[in-house]
Amino acid sequence: MTLKKTLLASVIGATVAGTAMLPLAASAETLRIGYSADPETLDLHEQLSGGVLRFSHLAFDPLVRWTKDFQFEPRLATEWEQVDDTHMRMTLREGVTFHSGNEFTADDVVWTIERLKESPDYRAIFEPIASVEAVDDYTVEITTTEPYPLLLNLATYIFPMDSEFYTGETDDGNDKAEIVKAGNTFASRNVSGTGPFIVTDRRQGVRVDFERFEDYWDTDSEGNVSRIVLTPIAENASRVAALLSGGVDFIDAVPPNDLDRVRDAQGSNLVEIPGTRIIGFQLNEERVEAFQDPRVRQAVDLAINQEGIADRLMRGFATPAGQFSPEGYSGYNPDLVPRYDLERAQELMAEAGYEDGFSVEMIAPNNRYVNDAQIAQAVANMLSRININVNLRTMPLAQYWPEYDTRASDIAMIGWHSDTEDSANFFQYLSFCINEETGAGQYNYGNYCNEEIDALVTEADSETDLEKRNEMLREAEAMLYEDVGFVMLHWQNLAYAAADGVDIEPVVNATDFPYLGDLVINR
Amino acid sequence: MIAFLIKRLMHAILVMFVISVLAFAIQDNLGDPVQQMVGQSVPESERAALRDRLGLNDPFLVQYARFAKNAVQGDFGYSYFYREPALEVIARHLPATLELVFAATLIIVLLSVPIGVYSAIKPRSPFSRFFMGASIIGISIPVFLTAIVLIQIFSIGMTVTLFPEGTAWGAWLNSALSTQGNMPSFGRGYDLVHVMGHWDTNLATWDGLKHLVLPAVSLASIMLPLFIRLIRAEMMEVLQSEYVKYARAKGISMRRVYFVHALKNTMLPVITVGGVQIGTMVAYTILTETVFQWPGMGLMFLDAINRADIPLIVTYLMIVGVIFVVTNTIVDLIYGFVNPTVKLTGKPA
Repeated sequence: MTLKKTLLASVIGATVAGTAMLPLAASAETLRIGYSADPETLDLHEQLSGGVLRFSHLAFDPLVRWTKDFQFEPRLATEWEQVDDTHMRMTLREGVTFHSGNEFTADDVVWTIERLKESPDYRAIFEPIASVEAVDDYTVEITTTEPYPLLLNLATYIFPMDSEFYTGETDDGNDKAEIVKAGNTFASRNVSGTGPFIVTDRRQGVRVDFERFEDYWDTDSEGNVSRIVLTPIAENASRVAALLSGGVDFIDAVPPNDLDRVRDAQGSNLVEIPGTRIIGFQLNEERVEAFQDPRVRQAVDLAINQEGIADRLMRGFATPAGQFSPEGYSGYNPDLVPRYDLERAQELMAEAGYEDGFSVEMIAPNNRYVNDAQIAQAVANMLSRININVNLRTMPLAQYWPEYDTRASDIAMIGWHSDTEDSANFFQYLSFCINEETGAGQYNYGNYCNEEIDALVTEADSETDLEKRNEMLREAEAMLYEDVGFVMLHWQNLAYAAADGVDIEPVVNATDFPYLGDLVINR
Repeated sequence: MIAFLIKRLMHAILVMFVISVLAFAIQDNLGDPVQQMVGQSVPESERAALRDRLGLNDPFLVQYARFAKNAVQGDFGYSYFYREPALEVIARHLPATLELVFAATLIIVLLSVPIGVYSAIKPRSPFSRFFMGASIIGISIPVFLTAIVLIQIFSIGMTVTLFPEGTAWGAWLNSALSTQGNMPSFGRGYDLVHVMGHWDTNLATWDGLKHLVLPAVSLASIMLPLFIRLIRAEMMEVLQSEYVKYARAKGISMRRVYFVHALKNTMLPVITVGGVQIGTMVAYTILTETVFQWPGMGLMFLDAINRADIPLIVTYLMIVGVIFVVTNTIVDLIYGFVNPTVKLTGKPA
């Protein structure tokens, strides 16, 4: 087997050398992936998760996708135009076929958006879209309920599905289009997308096999991966070992402790990208009266050495944060940086009348974020220097969220990734005043409430002049920074590693969904 | 015999019942499965609806009664993650685990018997001393450490530069201690041979066997030292007994005394302990399978715990309970064959 592959590779190598510039797509390459998780389901709309979205980029194409610097790249939508405040027209790519052989038209986009609006996981995100209709075979018009500036952000989640393929009844009388969580539905087992890869075999939790789609529309892509074998390897050490021993060609989530090892190892390359997931702490103002005093909140923020944690505990695997928005996001405000100052923190505690401090309980997960339990421990130690005694409890993920939902502790750790890759999302979920009806502040553990900030962000969210909108969001970040509505720690980096010759650098980005259709392997 | 088996069947049912009650009782502490099944921004109302559909809001007794009623008919519920009947999921993962345990058992038997016997016969030889020392260390090293070390040495490879490269002996030692490392470090490989049903075997191809070696060795490493010491101790005791002395006095060849007369009686307690330990080994596969990403029941169980996949957890625990009862039953049967004076049903023959 190995011999055959080497032979084949050398034959191709010779051919390439002989004909000088033969298109790379002609060579056949197998990519063996070791991801920390495999897709939970093959139905894109059943679960909004990293695993499913990564899969979406393999077997499907979005209307538009993010570039490395957070610009929009046309995929199945080639052009878009804001007709008026609430209408957008999108021109679709022609000559695209689904894996089933059906042709891709505007009807598929309409069908997909309507299905997204039925999906429990996406319904809330697609709330702003009122309706969508096909103007002609290759044009759709999307109508929003009010002016909505993030329509293109949403379009990165619209992976048109083959409406003909997913319509009708299965042999046992179920609707092929139905979305049932953890149900054995047609869509969770069968796939027809427009993407670069076809699913050929899948054993959940064991492996997924893909083969390149011969009629893939993007013939300009230099990607030459003809076959993918995806094995989920959840254990960090095992995943790294699998790469170093040559068992797989590409892994995600390299743990911080192994970064140097992978970087130095012969035959493998490490790619690190600043991530967009903010890690931080929420102070429960409902349970601890002191946290209602902005001076105490500031003292907590000043007592935490973000740089130190990013530097030593995370070994540089994080970017210290002073705000929600990472660089590149609409509301990123370069002035808001971490401001560790222990003396000032102690002074503020004294001013607020808490010189002698108090005791609180803190909860943190121990298997969700990179080094989560250790970070919580470090923060607890830092807070003891302003006489806040922290009693830390850490627990595995499965128990953490139910515990978090009860809001029965004083400080809680949380990491948040904005589903829209936009700043407003952070505020809406983490710092908005809690409103059970609208769902605002769903993850506002501390019951923090600043109506001025809320009003500003809400206004920004219907501002279609993007320059003006960004300015408002930057302002909101500054206000939150001043008021310490959320204790920022850092944005966790992403780290991928690949074997020599597997050029992952151009196809990975901060969204954590590698575009493997464009991956070039040149061993 | 029949009465004995029926009694054991009753045991199995009782064990399954007790385990299912216990597993159900602790399910609230396993975490919230719904949290794992929805995106983070999904509103609480959606979550509540899903919880309702899965019947997680019902009182304990209602949930248990529903489960028990279906379980009696062979339906153990649907795994939340695999979207399949839990029993089916376990059936699919069982062959991988059984092959791993089988391979580990083979290693243990093939090594522990000769080493144990030898070090009983020649307790003072350097060879025996070495193995006694090594087995102490072996017992105290946790299996995941063994596994990681094995992967480092035999999969990734190790370049030793401990000795001066300039000298001939240094260079020789360095190269002798360095390893190439190209053993597979995860999974069962892609070269499996289908046998029947859910059973694809690793045992039929060279590539499959290569994938099996490291996991089997690290799984065996837990029990091997124990068995060596056990066999040695039993053998030494038997060698002191009257009948061995008599056999020797009769002039029977030492070979025959050791391997026919003494070994037979040595194996009696070893079989009892061994049977129980094989059951325990199924539990140890959780660690081994996790490190080697071996797609068996252990890995499946650990994932199920992380996902709070309650139907799968409960079913797994019940199945493991049955495995224990079955291995114990088989041990008792074998014991009866080896030592006919033991009566299974406890009645005089």
